[in-house]
Amino acid sequence: MSYQYPDERGHFGEYGGRYVAETLMPALLELEEAYAAARRDPSFREEFDYYLKHYVGRPSPLYYAQRLSEELGGAKIYLKREDLNHTGAHKVNNTVGQILLARRMGKQKVIAETGAGQHGVATATVAALFNMECEIFMGKEDIRRQALNVFRMKLLGAKVHEVTSGTATLKDAMNDALRHWVTHVRDTFYVIGTVAGPHPYPMLVRDFQAVIGEESKQQLQEAEGRLPDVAVACIGGGSNAMGTFYPFINDRSVRLIGVEAAGLGVDTDKHAASISAGAPGVLHGNKTYLLQDEDGQINHAHSISAGLDYPGVGPEHAHLQDLGRAEYVSITDDEALAAFQKLTRIEGIIPALESAHAIAQVIKLAPTLPKEQVLLVCLSGRGDKDIHTVADALGVEF
Amino acid sequence: MTRIDATFSALRRNKQTALIPFITAGDPDMATTADLIRTLVDNGADLIELGVPFSDPMADGPTIQAASERALAAGATLEKVLQLVSEVRRNCQVPLVLMGYYNPVFRYGSARFAEDAAAAGVDGLLLVDLPPEEVAEISPLLKDAGIALITLLAPTTPTERMRRLAQTAEGYLYYVSMTGVTGAQKINPNDIRRAVEDLQGMTEVPVGVGFGITSVAEARAVGEFADGVVVGSALVKIIAEYSHSEKLLPQVGAFVASLKQGLVEKTD
Repeated sequence: MSYQYPDERGHFGEYGGRYVAETLMPALLELEEAYAAARRDPSFREEFDYYLKHYVGRPSPLYYAQRLSEELGGAKIYLKREDLNHTGAHKVNNTVGQILLARRMGKQKVIAETGAGQHGVATATVAALFNMECEIFMGKEDIRRQALNVFRMKLLGAKVHEVTSGTATLKDAMNDALRHWVTHVRDTFYVIGTVAGPHPYPMLVRDFQAVIGEESKQQLQEAEGRLPDVAVACIGGGSNAMGTFYPFINDRSVRLIGVEAAGLGVDTDKHAASISAGAPGVLHGNKTYLLQDEDGQINHAHSISAGLDYPGVGPEHAHLQDLGRAEYVSITDDEALAAFQKLTRIEGIIPALESAHAIAQVIKLAPTLPKEQVLLVCLSGRGDKDIHTVADALGVEF
Repeated sequence: MTRIDATFSALRRNKQTALIPFITAGDPDMATTADLIRTLVDNGADLIELGVPFSDPMADGPTIQAASERALAAGATLEKVLQLVSEVRRNCQVPLVLMGYYNPVFRYGSARFAEDAAAAGVDGLLLVDLPPEEVAEISPLLKDAGIALITLLAPTTPTERMRRLAQTAEGYLYYVSMTGVTGAQKINPNDIRRAVEDLQGMTEVPVGVGFGITSVAEARAVGEFADGVVVGSALVKIIAEYSHSEKLLPQVGAFVASLKQGLVEKTD
């Protein structure tokens, strides 16, 4: 039987749902209705495809990483080059989709949360394109780590709110974005950056990101005449992974592997591996795996990569984990740093630290697979934004 | 008849408005919260909303966020909140409603929570992030345990939805007085009056109003039409200011007494 989630109430098995304050419920119901109408309207898809092609630069290349494949001595490795998108990551696929939807709904203001700043930049970019007011919520700690992206957002005309509550990272940015949305819900569209949050967000973000997997499938068909044996992607909230996996879910022969951030190790208290080391709970509008204590208080996440530094994961990943359809593994800060350097040296491609987690898993996995197998990995973003973080970690001073 | 229903019917007979103070359990610590509850009751509280601290209080403004952080830092847990309720219950019959977020209850286990909360003497539960679309997973358990699940309605709630929710409400309805987080904005009593009177036309269940009521004057204005008035952030601010002072209980007592006096005067 083919995979059909979420159900009409926005649940992926026992996960997902709409756990929000009553003030927001009518806005979510309105969004759900608007999205259903947009899906039925071919002109919406045409408009979305137009901007993906001419503005984002899609289709993104599927690049055969020959030197990396030969060096590892196993499966053929293909990189889906989301790093070559306008703004430098997969995030823009989703912001184009949501902002087109916001325009259809007659909303003039958009808000977004951001961790690494990639989603903030992507939202500010498309808001600039359509002349919309844009406010971005970003944790103080992330503002420090990602100063370049903060300046980019400001150049693009967005107002950046520094979030100082809690751990001052992505989780708290999302809390404050939700608080702002509750207050301005009548005229403001909330552009959520990942496949999390209340229904219909996990579904619509997945649908907008599914272009990653759809293109990969077609490009691999052209290059190899077949499906991949394995698809690998990194997971913070999990939008590039969901976009990569979704078109392959009914292709049972394709192993799907999500890579969480193990930080200093999943056996320490400094990691962001919600599926590998968390438990089911409710946060930010959805039920999913969370890092939390016995009392249901949310724990601090840690990752060298700001984009993975989140104590939850999209509910569809939680469901795929329980179904056994996808596997979830984790990669430490050190392994990601090593992979970052390896890809840079061998292929001349500087990956985002987020994507370096997926590459690190490929470095572990590829040598164990036969040479005729094909391994697809989503290179979700480019690493320019991480140069300072990497320099710090390697003890380099400018 | 439940404690909540009995309280509201007695007030209704006397044409009085319920005074519903909100405080965060465990701020500054559980022992002080027990003293505070007695002070609230002694000074005219008709029902008390007891905040269960949560690490990510998305519907709360800075005041209650800070209270939650203080309580968690002092070691508050849902289990300790239930212990506090059972201790308070030994010599106090005021209805106690736990207010907070779903995750601590979900993590505790909904069935275990319903049982333990009923045994402790909890009368109602108000979960800000558990809308009617998701209540089915806990509402039958609470019903069996005799705990009212309080429904929230907001200025953005459409009339048809309001009617539907009003018809199945238990205990009291909580009308959120503005689109925003707790304690953050000025309220407009005239706008609230229209919505609350519409709501009262749809149900016999009493309607409480909260989220932005910060002064005696606002409480009095809203008390003229609402069945209950919730005051949270303003009270929590006083607790924060005097938490390590001997003046804490007298200050809180005086504020609550002044709120009560405002409500009583109106009905004379």
